[in-house]
Amino acid sequence: MSDYLILIPLFPLIGFLLNGLLIGRLSRPVVSTIACASVFASFVTALLSFIELTNMPASARLIEQTLFAWIPVGELNIEFGLLVDPLSAIMILVVTGVGFLIHVYSTGYMSHDKGFGRYFAYLNLFTFSMLTLVLADNFLLMFVGWEGVGLCSYLLIGFWFERKSATDAGKKAFIVNRIGDFGFLIGMFIIFWQVQSLDFAEVMARAPHAFIAGGTLVTTACLLLFVGATGKSAQIPLFVWLPDAMEGPTPVSALIHAATMVTAGVYMIARTSTLFMMAPDALMVIAIIGAATAFFAATIGLAQNDIKRVLAYSTVSQLGYMFLACGVAAFSAGVFHLMTHAFFKALLFLGSGSVIHAMSDEQDMTKMGGLKKYLPITYWTFLLATLAISGIPFFSGFFSKDEILWKSYSSLYGHPIFWVIGVVTAGMTAFYMFRLVYMTFHGKERMDDKTRKKIHESPRSMTVPLMILAVLSVVGGYVGMPHIFGVTNYFEEWLSPVLAGHEPPTHALASTSGGGAGTEMLLMALSVLLVLIAIYTARLFYNKKPELATALRGKLTGVHKTLQNKYYIDEIYTAVVVHPLIIVSIGLWKVVDVIFIDGFINTLALLYDGISQLFRHAQTGRVRSYVTVFVIGVVGILGWLVMR
Amino acid sequence: MESQILTLVTFFPLVGIVLIMLAPKDRPDTVKGVALLVSFVTMLLSFWLYSMFDKVANGMQFELNVPWITSFGINYHVGIDGISLLMIVLTAILTVLSILASWNSITERVKGYFISMLLLQIGMIGVFCALDLFMFYIFWEVMLIPMYFIIGIWGGARRVYAAIKFVLFTMFGSLLMLVAILYVVSAYHGFANEYSFDILKLATMPIAYKPQLLLFGAFALAFAIKVPLFPFHTWLPDAHVEAPTAGSVILAGVLLKMGTYGFLRICIPMFPQATITYLPYICVLALIAIIYGALVAMVQRDVKSLVAFSSVSHMGFVMLGIFALNLQGVEGAVLQMINHGVSTGALFLLVGMIYERRHTRLISELGGIVKVMPVFATLFMIVTLSSIGLPLTNGFVGEFLILIGTFKANMTYGVIATSGVILSACYMLWMYQRVIFGKITNPENEKLIDLDWREKGILIPLVVLIFWIGIYPKPFLDRIEPAVRSLLTQTNMVREDIGEPAFTVETDGSLSGMTAEDVNLNSKGEVHE
Amino acid sequence: MVPISAYLIVAVVLFGIGTMGVLISRNIIVLFMCVELMLNAANLALIAFSRSLNIMDGHAFVFLVLTVAAAEAAVGLAMVITIYNNRESINIDRFNILKW
Repeated sequence: MSDYLILIPLFPLIGFLLNGLLIGRLSRPVVSTIACASVFASFVTALLSFIELTNMPASARLIEQTLFAWIPVGELNIEFGLLVDPLSAIMILVVTGVGFLIHVYSTGYMSHDKGFGRYFAYLNLFTFSMLTLVLADNFLLMFVGWEGVGLCSYLLIGFWFERKSATDAGKKAFIVNRIGDFGFLIGMFIIFWQVQSLDFAEVMARAPHAFIAGGTLVTTACLLLFVGATGKSAQIPLFVWLPDAMEGPTPVSALIHAATMVTAGVYMIARTSTLFMMAPDALMVIAIIGAATAFFAATIGLAQNDIKRVLAYSTVSQLGYMFLACGVAAFSAGVFHLMTHAFFKALLFLGSGSVIHAMSDEQDMTKMGGLKKYLPITYWTFLLATLAISGIPFFSGFFSKDEILWKSYSSLYGHPIFWVIGVVTAGMTAFYMFRLVYMTFHGKERMDDKTRKKIHESPRSMTVPLMILAVLSVVGGYVGMPHIFGVTNYFEEWLSPVLAGHEPPTHALASTSGGGAGTEMLLMALSVLLVLIAIYTARLFYNKKPELATALRGKLTGVHKTLQNKYYIDEIYTAVVVHPLIIVSIGLWKVVDVIFIDGFINTLALLYDGISQLFRHAQTGRVRSYVTVFVIGVVGILGWLVMR
Repeated sequence: MESQILTLVTFFPLVGIVLIMLAPKDRPDTVKGVALLVSFVTMLLSFWLYSMFDKVANGMQFELNVPWITSFGINYHVGIDGISLLMIVLTAILTVLSILASWNSITERVKGYFISMLLLQIGMIGVFCALDLFMFYIFWEVMLIPMYFIIGIWGGARRVYAAIKFVLFTMFGSLLMLVAILYVVSAYHGFANEYSFDILKLATMPIAYKPQLLLFGAFALAFAIKVPLFPFHTWLPDAHVEAPTAGSVILAGVLLKMGTYGFLRICIPMFPQATITYLPYICVLALIAIIYGALVAMVQRDVKSLVAFSSVSHMGFVMLGIFALNLQGVEGAVLQMINHGVSTGALFLLVGMIYERRHTRLISELGGIVKVMPVFATLFMIVTLSSIGLPLTNGFVGEFLILIGTFKANMTYGVIATSGVILSACYMLWMYQRVIFGKITNPENEKLIDLDWREKGILIPLVVLIFWIGIYPKPFLDRIEPAVRSLLTQTNMVREDIGEPAFTVETDGSLSGMTAEDVNLNSKGEVHE
Repeated sequence: MVPISAYLIVAVVLFGIGTMGVLISRNIIVLFMCVELMLNAANLALIAFSRSLNIMDGHAFVFLVLTVAAAEAAVGLAMVITIYNNRESINIDRFNILKW
């Protein structure tokens, strides 16, 4: 009983085709019903497969369905095959579940937009691509979803196509992602070259024989795959597209640029964890990049005033955490954080969407304030998500973040420095998130009167998803509580067959002091303490004594400016990559093509022309002169023949 | 019937030519109708051919070998394998679409135009069917003349320059080819004591190494100009920009494939050792074409010349795939030949549609078109995505196979070629953004009318093909495979003979030290019989 | 018996006169007649050889030449008339538009 798997991606595809082909001919309620129902149907199917998995013995949890041979050429035989195992089961549940909520939310958020049908068609197409990505049973089909979500991201970022900034951002996202895909493709080629297969199961089974563990090839392959992940999941150095992606409608930011698509990189690494375990050097690079991104993006987040940009950098930073987890070989911790992050970050984005909606499309936090009393539901749900992302104990984010921090300290591949960076980043996260809450919902009302009059709580279709996500943000972490609380970590156990054998042994440092439990408790307490201090500081700066913040900004103008301008990364990329490329291209065209090649050809033609100009005067047009020449010729030849 | 079907497909357009000649001058609609009907029937015939083709069998099918000029051993010899089959079907489809696309845009000398189109079709299908070098050459030249007229008479402002440039470039190559053909035939006379122009027979003849190098060079130059391979590509942008829409479609869709087809049909089977010697140089040129074409395409101001340079880049991929000389590479290359015909053909059709409305192709003059022409924008998007090789469109399957084949053959080439994937996204999306998105800044763009049924009817078959090949390429790959296998068996044998492992490409010039006798091909290579 | 050389000398003289006429004359009609003269000089030579060698091929050739000459005269004169209608002149030197 596995031939229903295709239904999971098929429902959204049908939704896309209906909404896409009949665009402009369906009424808005019909459009939104098709879109939401298709995703819901696929959620139910995903749930079915999940239940089927739970009924199987832990080691044999696997459902497969092969549809047809896609690209069969010689030894390369790529099939269109789907696969559900504990890892992809979690992913499809998150994608369809959170996706469904966001679809519902969108029916309210986009209700006045002209491109209603187009929007839902794209959204369904995205869900289809994302499900293809996570259900794929081979690298190439995963790549299909991988590029497919990139396309949808491009289309949805540039959804308001009349704004140049939006289409620019879409294009940027696609091209930056393509740079990552370049790495992904080559990584895939290396794997195929060595293993003669692209099927996940076969690659993982044969990899130990085909590659030398720790060898150059496997390290290169893993690093290249990771390049792909940095593109999709917005890590250094390819993170630049994600903040710009906020040009898209807010629910899109929630779905694509927070909850699902950007986590594809983490999923991919977890999926191919066998390979990565064979390449410790690659793991170290991932951990370093992840930690650096987490820290770096958090610092930028401190100084942004656009509500969505703060959340965007926060996403980059949280993704950094997930990669840090993968880098220290704590794949299940990474996936766990992926899941909880999907809940609370989707909620944060949707909450900010609700704010923006209420504020007549204002995104600048300096023009907000005191919204608490106008938007109670939004405020409370938003606050819960903020507590979760800050890592306040017993909210979901706490468990997943703590797991990562502990693993980055205790894992064989970890290092106390990673822990320090992680904790500092957690402190900064708490600070900028509460800064956001205080600036938006508390304090003086800084908007103009016209806007103030229009502020209203969002309709039911928007607030209900907020509430459901809020519940998930609070309780979502209880499936993966740490062992020291004396409970089973269900999440880790669930994933262990897929990531089996990869839980790294703890290194000496952690186990010396009382089996590690004491250390773990201590570290946890330290991080919570830091977070609380950060929250207090934020309260001091942005609520109680705003003059302190102004004074500090005055002292650190240089730093603040750099942060506000995101370290000038975009400007540097433009100056170093984009402009030279265009100048070189124009040079090639004007010099090599026009002057060199065509110049040569045209000179040849001119030369020929010149010679002809010389000889053409022999053509007098007079018959008699031709005859004269002719007779002279004949006489000459005859004479020569006679005289010879 | 079976053996005559190729002749029927090839020469059926002749019926149309005669009918159009007889048609009165003042009834252009009759002329168009006849041309459309005839090309449509030719297309149905080609589908019939496709359905009768045996995908498992090796070697040539529907062969017909009739003596023609016996004293020189020239035969009317036709036959097809999977590669030619697909090219014939592509040609037949694109001709119908081109004729439909010319419906309103050609108003002068209608008779001449449609006669040229049909004559062009005879030439194109003839080249793909011919198994006799003499016929091959004749059909090769038959294509040239109508195309010259189509560009030179119905083209844009600089049409004469473009047409002459096109003819001179191509003629230069084909004359060298003629010399090479004569040399090969006389060499065969010395070998077998009879004259023959038969491609299959000639391929069984051992040719000494040094002459092989020269002959390969002559043929390769003719084909490389047609492909066009860097640095012989400069005729292409001019020809494309000046040609009428249908001319561009046929030029990009089929004529460029003649070059790569020639490599597959003649160069590699006849001169296997020279192939291996030249391989690194051709690969490097192909890589330059990929990167160079993409970069130059990025900064074009005219949409058509942008697409033309993108063709240079795409054909670079095809060349690279062919010279990977392994199953994935060559099959990908053949598939990419089809893909490029479909996608670039569709791009030119789309550009032509916008040109008919706005009478400009300058990117800066356009913009915001999605607002007034949503259907156009959607179809343009699909074709753009296929051109940049997005998965589940045709472009991806071809490009992926080529890249994986190249990578297997030589890792460095593979990596460099893959970077072309990034660049193609850059230039296509940038162009798309400037043409389709944004606000309408030019008031003339405000009153554009979206596509009518004729135009949709032209594009939809291509869109269907784009997705079909992207999602289920197996039928096509199955038909290509036997042909490619027999080609590779032969070259691999040569590689083994000269002590080179099959499926690797590192040639370090070890061949150059050998004398001609050392590398005399033995006659094992008779795979065609 | 007249020796064959006598016939040939006459033929050469006729041919020479014809050639000079073509070179010197400006009148198209005269030019035509000179061409006829040259053709007939050739005919004379052919007949003479045919007779002296006793092979009939020469006769056959002469008939062919006569036919061609007649056809040529017909077409040529028609052209002359057309030219005259256009230009009001039969001076050959005025028809030099086909030059560089």
